[in-house]
Amino acid sequence: MTSWGILIVLIYVGITIFTPILSHFGLIPEPSFGLENPIYSPPSLGHWCGTDRLGRDVCARTLAASSVALQVVFLAVSLAVIIGVPLGMVSGYLGGIVDRILVLIMDTLYAIPVLLLSVVMAFLLGRGVFNAAMALCVVYIPQYFRVVRNQTAQVKSDLFVDAARSCGARPVWILRKYLLRNVITSVPVLLTLNAADAVLILGGLGFLGLGLPESVPEWGSDLNMALSALPTGIWWTTLFPGLAMFVLVLGLSFLGDGLEIWVSKRQKSV
Amino acid sequence: MSRSKALIRYFITRLALAPVMLWIIASLVFLLLRIAPGDPVDAILGTRATELARESLRAKLGLDEPLHQQYIQFIQNLMHGDLGTALVNQEPVSNIIQKALPASIELGVTAFLIAITLGMAIGFIGTSKADGKTDLIGRLFGIGTYAIPPFWGAMLIQLLFAVVLGWFPIGGRFPANLTPPNGTGFYLFDSFWNRSFIDFQGTLKHLFLPAMTLGILLSGIFSRALRLNLTRTLESDYIEAARSRGISETQIIVKHAFPNALLPVLTIAGITVASLIGGALLIEVTFSWPGIAMRLQEAIAQRDYPVVQGIVVVIAALAVMISILVDLIIATIDPRISY
Repeated sequence: MTSWGILIVLIYVGITIFTPILSHFGLIPEPSFGLENPIYSPPSLGHWCGTDRLGRDVCARTLAASSVALQVVFLAVSLAVIIGVPLGMVSGYLGGIVDRILVLIMDTLYAIPVLLLSVVMAFLLGRGVFNAAMALCVVYIPQYFRVVRNQTAQVKSDLFVDAARSCGARPVWILRKYLLRNVITSVPVLLTLNAADAVLILGGLGFLGLGLPESVPEWGSDLNMALSALPTGIWWTTLFPGLAMFVLVLGLSFLGDGLEIWVSKRQKSV
Repeated sequence: MSRSKALIRYFITRLALAPVMLWIIASLVFLLLRIAPGDPVDAILGTRATELARESLRAKLGLDEPLHQQYIQFIQNLMHGDLGTALVNQEPVSNIIQKALPASIELGVTAFLIAITLGMAIGFIGTSKADGKTDLIGRLFGIGTYAIPPFWGAMLIQLLFAVVLGWFPIGGRFPANLTPPNGTGFYLFDSFWNRSFIDFQGTLKHLFLPAMTLGILLSGIFSRALRLNLTRTLESDYIEAARSRGISETQIIVKHAFPNALLPVLTIAGITVASLIGGALLIEVTFSWPGIAMRLQEAIAQRDYPVVQGIVVVIAALAVMISILVDLIIATIDPRISY
C-alpha cells in the first residue's frame, strides 16, 4: 500500500508541475475560461469531464485545483512544523510555568474541532491563498507541539544531554545539536498524515465559501457550486473534483501509514 | 493513596480545569475577532457607508469602548448566558442556538450510534477471520472512509438515493407539507411522544441519509481502532493460555479479548467527537439540515459577527465538555489507569 501511496503522491506532484505548463501552451483549456462552451454539457470527447455552470471545463479545473491544493497544503504544513517544533522543544526543555501555560493553551486548541478552528481563522483572515494556509496551519501547530514537547521532556534528562551541559554548552546549542535530531524523527509521519487531513479541511473551507479567492480554481468551492445542480441529476461536476480530492487524501494516508510502520521498525532495530 | 481517593482527586482536577479551558476558548475567540485584520464594521456595512452609520453600529456592537472593558463585558455577559444579539434580525444569539441545537444533536447522536455499531461489526469480522483478504478489506475500509471528503460522500449518496432512485428526500429535516411536532425540538422523540406515526415516519425519512452518511464515514475510525487493539490483545499471554486450555477461537475473541480491546475504542470515541462535530458541520450544509452548522454558515455569509462568535463558543465548549466526560468515564471503568 505504501508504494501505491508514493505513486499517487508522485502523480499529483507531476500534475502540480505540468498543469501550468500544459495550460500555458494551450494543450489543456484554461481553468477559468468558459464563455464559448455550452454550460452543463455532459462528458464528451471535447470536454472529457463535461462543463460546469459557467461552461468551464471540469477536467481543467480539477487539474488546476490539484495543483493549487497541493501548494496550499504544503505551505500550511511547513508553517506548522516551523512554528510548532521549536515551540515544543523550548517548552519541553524549559519546563516550569511557561511549559504549563503553553501546554494548557495548546490542549485547549487541540480540543476545539479542527474544522471549526480553521473556519474561525478563515472567517477572520478572509479569502486568500496565504490566508487559507494560515487558517490550516493553526490547526496543526498543537499537534507538533505536543509530540515534540513530550519527546524533548523525555530526552533532556538523558546522559548525553547532561554531559553536554556539564561541558558548558548553552541551551540553544543543546536544543539544536543534541535534541533536534532525536525529536525530529516523528515529524515526517505526522507531516504526511496532516497533509492528508489538510486537504480535507481545505476542501471543507472552500465548500463553506471560506477558502481561496474566487479566481483560483478550488475543489471545495466547485463542489459547492455543483451542489445546487445536483437535484437535476448533473453528476459530472460533483464526481470529478471530489474523486481527485479523495485519491490525493488516500495516497497521502497510505504514505503516512507506510512511513509510520517503517519508522517504528527502524526504532525497534536500533 | 487508595484508588477511590485518587479517582476523586483526578475528577476534581479534571473538572476544575474545565472552566479554565472554556475561559481560554472564549477569550481566544474574543481576541481573534478583535485583532483580526479588517474592521467588522467595514465587513458589515461595506466601505461606502456614511460615517454616522458606522459610528452608530460601532456603538451598538460596543466597539467604541476600550478593549479591556469590552472584554470584561463579554465575559460577564457570557457567564449570564448572554451571547449578544444577531446583527441581521436582532434576535438573541442564545435563542438562535437553542432553536438549532436539537436538530444537530439529533443528527449527531444518531450518526454516532450508527458509526459505533457498524465500526465494531466491521472491525470484529475483520479480526475474527484473520486471513489476508478480509484483513486488507478492513484496512481499506478504515482509510477509505477517512479519505472521502464528507460533503462529497454526502453528495454522492444524495445523487444515488434521492435523485436517481428517489427513495429519500434530498434535504431538509421534515416534510414541507406537515407542521413539525411541538415539544423538545427533537423531532424523533416529539413525534413518538405525540404518537403521530406520519410525523415519525417523515422525520425518519429525512434523518436517514444524513445520519447514514456521517455514521458510515465515522465508522472507519472505530473499526480501525477495534481491529488494532483486538489483534494486539489476541497476541498476549493470557489469550495463549486460554487457547492452550482448548477454548474455542470464537469464545476466546468474544469472552476474553473483546472486553479488553474495548477500552481503547472508548478513548477513540472521545477523540472522535471533535471530528464528528467537524463532519456534521459539512453534512448539515450538504443536506440543508437546519442545525447549528447551517446557522453558522448563514452567519458567515452575512458577516454576522455576534452569531459566529456565539456559535463557535458554544460548539467548542460542547466539544471540551464531552472530551472531559469521556476521560472521566474511562478513568472510572479502567482499573489500570493511574493518576
